[in-house]
Amino acid sequence: MHLNVASVCKSFGYGPKAKQVLDSVSFDLHSGQFMALVGSSGSGKSTVMRLIAGLERPSSGEIRLDGQRIRGPGADRGMVFQKYSLYPWLTAAQNVAFGMRLQGRPKAEVRERTAYFLEVVGLVDSARLLPRELSGGMQQRVAIARSLAAEPKVLLLDEPFGALDLQIRESMQEFLHRLWLQTGLTALLITHDLEEALLLAQEVHIMAPRPGRIVRSVRADLDRSSLAHLRVSQPFLALREELASCLRGLDSNLTA
Amino acid sequence: MRSSEADPLKRWSSLRRFLAQPWVLGLIGVATVVLIWLLTTASGAVDKLFLPSPQAVWHAGQSQWQSGVLLKDAVASIQRVFIGFALSAGLALPVGIAMGTNPTICRLLEPLMALIRYMPAPAFIPLLIIYFGLEELPKILLIFIGTFFFNTLMIMDAVKFVPSELVETALTLGGRGLPILTRVVAPFIAPQVLDTYRINMASAWNLVIVAELVAATEGLGKRISLAQRFLRTDDIFVGLIVIGLVGLTIDLGFRFLMRKACAWAN
Repeated sequence: MHLNVASVCKSFGYGPKAKQVLDSVSFDLHSGQFMALVGSSGSGKSTVMRLIAGLERPSSGEIRLDGQRIRGPGADRGMVFQKYSLYPWLTAAQNVAFGMRLQGRPKAEVRERTAYFLEVVGLVDSARLLPRELSGGMQQRVAIARSLAAEPKVLLLDEPFGALDLQIRESMQEFLHRLWLQTGLTALLITHDLEEALLLAQEVHIMAPRPGRIVRSVRADLDRSSLAHLRVSQPFLALREELASCLRGLDSNLTA
Repeated sequence: MRSSEADPLKRWSSLRRFLAQPWVLGLIGVATVVLIWLLTTASGAVDKLFLPSPQAVWHAGQSQWQSGVLLKDAVASIQRVFIGFALSAGLALPVGIAMGTNPTICRLLEPLMALIRYMPAPAFIPLLIIYFGLEELPKILLIFIGTFFFNTLMIMDAVKFVPSELVETALTLGGRGLPILTRVVAPFIAPQVLDTYRINMASAWNLVIVAELVAATEGLGKRISLAQRFLRTDDIFVGLIVIGLVGLTIDLGFRFLMRKACAWAN
């Protein structure tokens, strides 16, 4: 799997009212990689994700998945939204099965894979519950299981834990990290939380707003055997501080 | 037991629990009106011709039932309502969904519908009689005209409020076109559609009576206008009460359907 984003620009609106939200964004994502885009609101990071998902078209530049130019949304790019994306009339299990049923997979296979992915996200006991009966963290785990069950080549995570409480966030970060180790998924995470990005991703791009663009890219090759230790380890803190000051610099440029 | 009866505080709280049951106060409200009605007529303060006693209305109802008129009238009215409303509901669903999902269709039809919606449906009766005579068709069309535009616009609104995340999730799971409509949009709007039908059913029921008052050979509205001619206020009361009860039954039926079919939305 190779996702190639090449000099992508995006403007909304036409003529003098046109507003450029992305300016020449480029990066590559390969199989098994976990990448994060970090930026404040208005940095266009969500737009990058929607372009990759095929929900929007780039104004110029191109996005290719395994050499194929992206022309619209498809099951090869799974997406997890910040919230409100579970189907409220379906149980957790039916939500997980939803994509596979859209794809018209055989019933037996759907049942088997649903059970498997519910187990992967640790929600076997909640299979028959409706979304409103699940906590926010559980809902997001169902959403992730639903995306994975449809076998995407790349998982797009748009601030997946942005609406959760701090403690739940931390346990969800652990969960996502284990899931990545366990399933070898390829993921692109969007977040405004620098710590979250550095914990989970080996490659982090910092985005600046108006127009959105990548201003800094770092490889974060850290020892991730224990996220709890990583959070307080020296190299992690140093890298976090360095990037945080970079982000702060962008903000002060803005207000000046 | 004795001690709790002796304790006014406990008695008060058990009374409050009793009143908190959903149907208790409603029944008290109805019973109060019937009681006032009973007392007023029993006192002889009002001429029986203007306000028949509850007993007289009950007897009138019994004789209408025994002669078979009541059932025939009710069936005639209910049938008109159901045919007219089924047409309206059946057509409003695809049109409303089309308007809610496609901005071009919406811009094309919305002003037209918003305009017609404000024309009172009974004002169409003279035209309908000129075009289609006095048979069933004009009455059914009246119900259609009176409910179709409301149904359509309310369904359109329901569709517009389908969260984009739900649709986009389906797209990123490999969904396309029709399956998104049937598996995402349709289940999401189902509760609002049922509620829309429930609300507009009430005006369908109003309209059928209006249509029958103007021209009909049978029906609950027809019975009322006949009764007026012979100053049979007891028969008018029977008609009014039956119309209310049938309407209420339909309303409760929709509520029941919604609880059963859309448990997730409660």
